[in-house]
Amino acid sequence: MVRGATGSGMQVDLAIVGGGFIGQALALAAASVGLRSALIERRPRTALADAGDDGRVSSLALGSQRMLAVLGVWPTLAAEAEPIRDIRVADGRSPLFLHFDHREIGDEPFGYMVENRFLRQALLAAVERGGAIRLLAGRRLRAIQREEFAARVELDDGTAVEAPLLVAADGRGSALRAQAGINALSWRYRQTAIVVTLAHERTHDGVAKEQFFPTGPFALLPMRRSRSSLVWSLRHDLARALLAADEATFLAAVERQADGQLGLLSLAGPRYNYPLALEQAERVVDRRLVLVGDAAQAMHPIAGQGLNLGLRDVACLAEVLARQARLGLDLGEALALASYQRWRRPDALAMLLMTDGLTRLFSNNLPPLRVARRLGLGLVNRLPAVKRVFERHAAAAAGDLPRLIRGLPVPP
Amino acid sequence: MTAEPAGDSALKAETERFRRLAATWWDPAGPMRPLHLINPARLDYLVGQLRRRLWPKAEGRLDGLRLLDLGCGAGLVSEPLARLGATVVAVDAVAEALELARARALRQGLAIDYRHGTAETLAATGERFDGVLALEVLEHVAAPRPFLATLSMLTRPGGLLLLSTLNRTLAGYVLGIFAAERLLRLVPRGTHDWQRFVRPAELRNWLAENGADLVDVTGLSLDPLGSSARLGGSTAVNYLATAVKRTS
Repeated sequence: MVRGATGSGMQVDLAIVGGGFIGQALALAAASVGLRSALIERRPRTALADAGDDGRVSSLALGSQRMLAVLGVWPTLAAEAEPIRDIRVADGRSPLFLHFDHREIGDEPFGYMVENRFLRQALLAAVERGGAIRLLAGRRLRAIQREEFAARVELDDGTAVEAPLLVAADGRGSALRAQAGINALSWRYRQTAIVVTLAHERTHDGVAKEQFFPTGPFALLPMRRSRSSLVWSLRHDLARALLAADEATFLAAVERQADGQLGLLSLAGPRYNYPLALEQAERVVDRRLVLVGDAAQAMHPIAGQGLNLGLRDVACLAEVLARQARLGLDLGEALALASYQRWRRPDALAMLLMTDGLTRLFSNNLPPLRVARRLGLGLVNRLPAVKRVFERHAAAAAGDLPRLIRGLPVPP
Repeated sequence: MTAEPAGDSALKAETERFRRLAATWWDPAGPMRPLHLINPARLDYLVGQLRRRLWPKAEGRLDGLRLLDLGCGAGLVSEPLARLGATVVAVDAVAEALELARARALRQGLAIDYRHGTAETLAATGERFDGVLALEVLEHVAAPRPFLATLSMLTRPGGLLLLSTLNRTLAGYVLGIFAAERLLRLVPRGTHDWQRFVRPAELRNWLAENGADLVDVTGLSLDPLGSSARLGGSTAVNYLATAVKRTS
């Protein structure tokens, strides 16, 4: 529905800045309802297509997987995705633990673990398959103008792109957000997350385990071919020491925490580290501008929800834009952007509070808290109704969900 | 808003009030906020009726249809219809609103034929349309019966008359005037006169007298938080209506 020749340069419906997972998913969702996008990415195309194993992994909630299926991305990804069938959450080594079995919410898994290299290739293939997406990789922004009727961006190779709506999908510390003068609140925690892929002797049985130790949470998430993704959050100094340690010392520390449940361990990728921090934009819309994904809210990997939250942003925005297009309304008008913001804020806030709350609750060794936590986890386990609420939320099947997350196409 | 027919069903005071509001027409936080809030719902209705009954070819679009938007104001409905491919002639008696509308269309590359005038001046040209829209207009004209006769004259046989207005019920008074104007200050005081509200049954009779059959009446209601509107439900306050011009 591209229209309006009011300026020179490329005319599209959406100018998306940031060609990562979220930017690409948005371009695909927009294309599914007949909207054309320009996808502007500073990294070269070769980086977006990189098939190399960098050891990075993502967890996809069930809703995210359904959305990727509707957008035609899942078929090439399915063979490389490991379903999460059970989730076990425990307070340290307490025998009381919270057990989520996927059979309690239906016969589907809670989600899937997938290596970023496969997600990267599947998304890019889908982006380049149709003709609705103009990928402008290896280019930087030189100028941004947001006016009454359109946003215009100029790239360093002289290309000009004009659209009724500019989308900031440029991640944590978004440059577009700063340029629009939108403040972000941020919290820092005195913790660093170590993320690494491990190969192990015994099978994980599709079980995701999260143990909360006073030093921080320790999570093992099941991957294909007898591997698991470890996400281990620790005080900065402990994390630094473990990252600097040789392989044998590091693995010995991991084995001690994991209680030897997975047998002999070995490293199957580099050790990454992320200082734990939350970041939330004070608002996610401005004149002819909308923020999605980490540009709107960035969270540390404790709950593995950053990508999923971003995909929910995409699904909601696509639905709002599809309605605007169907009714002939301006894609970037203030009322439409306000309705997107009203839809997204409660979800983002709930996730941030939950993540923040988990961190504070469990990174604490006070005896009364430990007892309460242990009883708490055990109690929830005995209250099926409460547990199902937790489970559905973990699988992102709760609340006022956009159609794509429910596995339904957006009506054009 | 104000298809004020010069000389006959004219309401000078109405035109004057909308003239003062013209500059803020497109401000979604301004005095026209209720119109912005109900716009998606009423467009949903209009596009649905036009597509269902007139069968434009391209999927989801209105290409090939020639539409008249009477009382177009600053183009809240004309712009979307034009974006969907319809050929739009838009008429209003308030010159200031049209100035704003023309400037906006130019800057967006929309070809909308905005004309200063009334239903009567247009009828005199002999032009006929596939669809004639008069939205939130009926309650502002002095004499709705001759006004409907003119609308019918402007519609080609088999074409559609699309109307939206306020119902003359107790609820229409309480919510349309007392709540909207006085209590919530959603619309400027003095916007509506309950005596001029039209009941669906009256509409049916007056249309029939003028060779058009009422084929649909659908309620339109603002949600309790006042942030959006939806179709369906009660017709006691706001309603939309469609009539088909008889072919013989």
